[in-house]
Amino acid sequence: MALRTFTSTAKPIARLIEEFNKLPGIGPKSAQRLAYYLLRVPTEQARDLAEAISAVKEKIGLCSICFNITDSDPCSICRDEGRDHTKICVVEELSDIIPLERTGKFNGVYHVLHGVIAPTEGMGPEELKIEQLLSRLQNSSVTEVILATNPNLEGEATAMYLQHLISPLGIRVTRLARGLPFGGDLEYADDVTLSRALEERQEV
Amino acid sequence: MRAPRAYQTEAIVLKRIKLGEADRILTFYTPDLGKLRAVAKGVRRPKSKLGGHVELLTHSLIMLARGRNLDIVTQSQTINGFLVLKDDLWRLSRGLYALELVDSFTAERIENRPIFDLLLSTLHWLCQAGDGNIILRYFELQLLNYLGYRPQLQQCVSCNLPLQPIDNFFSSSRGGVLCPECAGKDPARCTLTLNSLKVLRLWQSCDCATASRVKINSQLSSELEQLMREYIKYLLEREVKSAAWLDRLKKEKL
Ligand SMILES: [Zn+2]
Ligand SMILES: [Zn+2]
Repeated sequence: MALRTFTSTAKPIARLIEEFNKLPGIGPKSAQRLAYYLLRVPTEQARDLAEAISAVKEKIGLCSICFNITDSDPCSICRDEGRDHTKICVVEELSDIIPLERTGKFNGVYHVLHGVIAPTEGMGPEELKIEQLLSRLQNSSVTEVILATNPNLEGEATAMYLQHLISPLGIRVTRLARGLPFGGDLEYADDVTLSRALEERQEV
Repeated sequence: MRAPRAYQTEAIVLKRIKLGEADRILTFYTPDLGKLRAVAKGVRRPKSKLGGHVELLTHSLIMLARGRNLDIVTQSQTINGFLVLKDDLWRLSRGLYALELVDSFTAERIENRPIFDLLLSTLHWLCQAGDGNIILRYFELQLLNYLGYRPQLQQCVSCNLPLQPIDNFFSSSRGGVLCPECAGKDPARCTLTLNSLKVLRLWQSCDCATASRVKINSQLSSELEQLMREYIKYLLEREVKSAAWLDRLKKEKL
């Protein structure tokens, strides 16, 4: 009710609240709080925020090779000659690259699918960057594709599908080892995780 | 008497939707409560104790606590993870199709024990060697049966006369077979060959062991698939999403 009264008196603020409310994890109460906060900050600070937001949309795009986000095309990873361009790590989402980079264990390049095959949600291969991956592999020097999709049903389905498509090209296809999470409890592991951890066991 | 604050049930995970940072809303099919939605908290974190126990295509024993809106999954133990199903793209995809059909046709908290038993036995059946198309067609027919959409295959749905051993027609809108005489007036008719009719009649009334002994060629298989798909689409008033994926696998010969 309070919001409704406000709408009729201060349109710009109501609009700002509405925009904040569209953001993930921001309810109407938080949206209101953020809007009031911005009313109080110095004009320059508010302008900086507005510019940062539009810069993200205007200057950041997708790398035409790996579909990572970048402010220059190709992205810094694809341009880096110190990296091993014969190994491509395929991930579901942009956010998957950061943790893999943090390990410092992978020096190859990436390919972001921008989603995962989810048949019951109508999410098929044509919605993903799969065509682009295949044309990237054609007549290339790539020797290994590492499938780093999530260890859940859709991730597995996507990995199996990609394996069917890539193997005939004569390129080695590997999958991230699936097993017990570090810090997890054997007792609570489900039988799929446990069987895979057994299958993929290693010499110590 | 008020419902208990905590309860336990067997369940097959039909669907899961991301909620917030690490939670999911899960849809289960259960023997005594029918379809059930509940929240699984923290389930997307790698160390979650629920994790793999509430993955799609998993038969689990779950503990729930009453919540304000949705109930909350507090514990889960896998009864059968259907590993064989999850390791094969075709089997997995057929399993997902079965889940989607059950989810699409059922409403929450309406008990239908035969549907639970059918789904569970279908998942077991999909793990075995055998014609996956037969398994799905049998599943569809039996599911429609338990839902009250059993197609009329014995007599013409218009004139009620027994069907002749010739090619007849199937009408989705009328839920059964039309004889050639009556079909002449129906614009939405589609041909039902005598072989298809015989197979459908058998599957409608036999157990799954008998159903799987039928040998059908690819032409008959496609005909039956098309017919059931049209009928299901008519009943749901929309396409089954995972059917498009099955088509794709078939087209790409995977
Ligand atoms: Zn790139
Ligand atoms: Zn008739």
